Amino acid sequence: MTKSTKIFKYVGKRLLQGIPIILAIVIINFFLLNLAEGDAVDVLAGEAGSATPEYMAQLRKKFGLDQPLPVQLMVYLKNVLSLDLGYSFRHDMPVNELIFDRFAATGLLMTSTIILAVGFGILLGLLAAMRLNTWKDAVITVFALITYATPLFWVGLMMIVVFSLNLGWFPTSGMTNIAAFYEGWDYVVDVARHLVLPTITLSLFYLALYTRMMRASMLEQYGQDYVVTARAKGLTERRITYVHVLRNALLPVVTMAGVQVGALIGGSVIVESVFAWPGLGMLAFESLFARDLNLLLGIFLLSSMLVVVVNLIVDIIYCFLDPRIEVN
Amino acid sequence: MGNFWTRYKRNHAAVFGLFVIALIIVMAITASFLYPEDPFRLVGKPLSEPLTNGFLLGSDSLGRDVASGIVHGAKTSLLIGFVATLVSVFIGIFFGAFAGYFGGLIDDILMRVTEIFQTIPSFIFAILLVAILKPSMSSIVIAIAVVSWPGVARLVRGEFLAVKNREFVQACHTLGMSDLRIMLWEILPNCLSPIIVVGSLMVATAILIESGLAFLGLGDPNVMSWGFLIGAGRTMLRSAWWVCTFPGVAILITVLAINLIGEGLNDALNPRLKERQ
Repeated sequence: MTKSTKIFKYVGKRLLQGIPIILAIVIINFFLLNLAEGDAVDVLAGEAGSATPEYMAQLRKKFGLDQPLPVQLMVYLKNVLSLDLGYSFRHDMPVNELIFDRFAATGLLMTSTIILAVGFGILLGLLAAMRLNTWKDAVITVFALITYATPLFWVGLMMIVVFSLNLGWFPTSGMTNIAAFYEGWDYVVDVARHLVLPTITLSLFYLALYTRMMRASMLEQYGQDYVVTARAKGLTERRITYVHVLRNALLPVVTMAGVQVGALIGGSVIVESVFAWPGLGMLAFESLFARDLNLLLGIFLLSSMLVVVVNLIVDIIYCFLDPRIEVN
Repeated sequence: MGNFWTRYKRNHAAVFGLFVIALIIVMAITASFLYPEDPFRLVGKPLSEPLTNGFLLGSDSLGRDVASGIVHGAKTSLLIGFVATLVSVFIGIFFGAFAGYFGGLIDDILMRVTEIFQTIPSFIFAILLVAILKPSMSSIVIAIAVVSWPGVARLVRGEFLAVKNREFVQACHTLGMSDLRIMLWEILPNCLSPIIVVGSLMVATAILIESGLAFLGLGDPNVMSWGFLIGAGRTMLRSAWWVCTFPGVAILITVLAINLIGEGLNDALNPRLKERQ
């Protein structure tokens, strides 16, 4: 069997493994929905101001809320499979439409964050490991230690104080300048200017994480036998570091980048609500305030699925990066 | 024990962290003596700058004392951090011990469940749990514990797998000890070191999650907390930077100190892992 068919089979197998996880998440979602006080009919009745018990019973029947729980669960599963995540009574829109509207903004923020955090994390970790126990190593280690301990929302607010309010370099909030109606290139520049502070804020924590990991990973690789062999062959330290050690040290960092996607989504709720960045996190924050549980559960479900998918993608990338990994 | 302290002492940063945490604990315990007034009470001129109108760290838009809020908030953060960690370590030990000790189908099932909980984005899950259970100290503790136990479960499972076939455990079987007794009294004590290290770092994470929840308005409405102070101050960021700044510094110092202690514990309890910084 060739390598490519093997990988193909492996992807299929991993996809199958992902299905029970997604199913379990849907079931957890369903029980959370039932754990909450009151149902959709209570919400509707509350919105309307008044409703007779007869009318509410009629509504419950219409929504299938008078059915036994297992039946409701089946209906819920069927709805989720057909991408129907329920209705947001606050926004008067289906939940999936609301979510897809906001998806691009979050995608942009997360992509730029991952690039910045992974890129600089690898660079700083590499630098610290190469200059082990010098002042550069010490500075990088202390920086990583401090950012690791800083709450994201506080960093965001401090960024606003320094770079927006005092220096006036970047806008405080939002994704575009609403009053300006930019088009074409100007629009891109405008969004990029709005993107800078949220991206830096969200990256900082992960930057610290990747820096520490890259440093540890490099140090571990330096101790391996193949490095001794390379030295014995008379290779320069430069060549050993960049051609041999670096490539091997990157592997755990790539894995970590996949594992951290779930945490990144959580972080984006905080950062988006600090900077009013109009993505999924901001939507979650708004739904929290409006007590819009359907919407919050929809976001939760979608972000869980996203993690499953990203983990799968990282596994596949891993196969290509490390030829030793037997896909079986 | 003396040996433990000698090894811990070698890490100067960890000793410093311990000192800082001791100070914060003293601050939390003596909060009611330092600031007898309720931290939610309006005690002076609103938006006073630090060191004016008798406010050490200034006052917020309603005239509440920021310093008093920080001192009283220390209680909340430390309490939630420790209790949530205890609960989640307990859940983690339960899952990990059964999975590792019995293996087979039990291991498969328990590890699948762990995997599911590890996949779910934890902060959003915590938000959901608190929103559904209504914000209170206990719902926050439950939410943090529910999202943080999988790591412990995996660790404990690995330790149990490594120890369960050792000779002393086989001897216990021969002596006719019950499984539960072997798990709790024979194997578990051998796994305590890594659990303590991971647990200490989890306290720091728990404090960060708690402050994030409180910042989003999901704190216990009757209890002062650092995240709440920052959340309440953010609307006045332009005119009163100090309301947000100082509580954040408090969180940073506390979490940093706990992380340093965690590293010191790691050096002291797992000396062989030292090179793995």
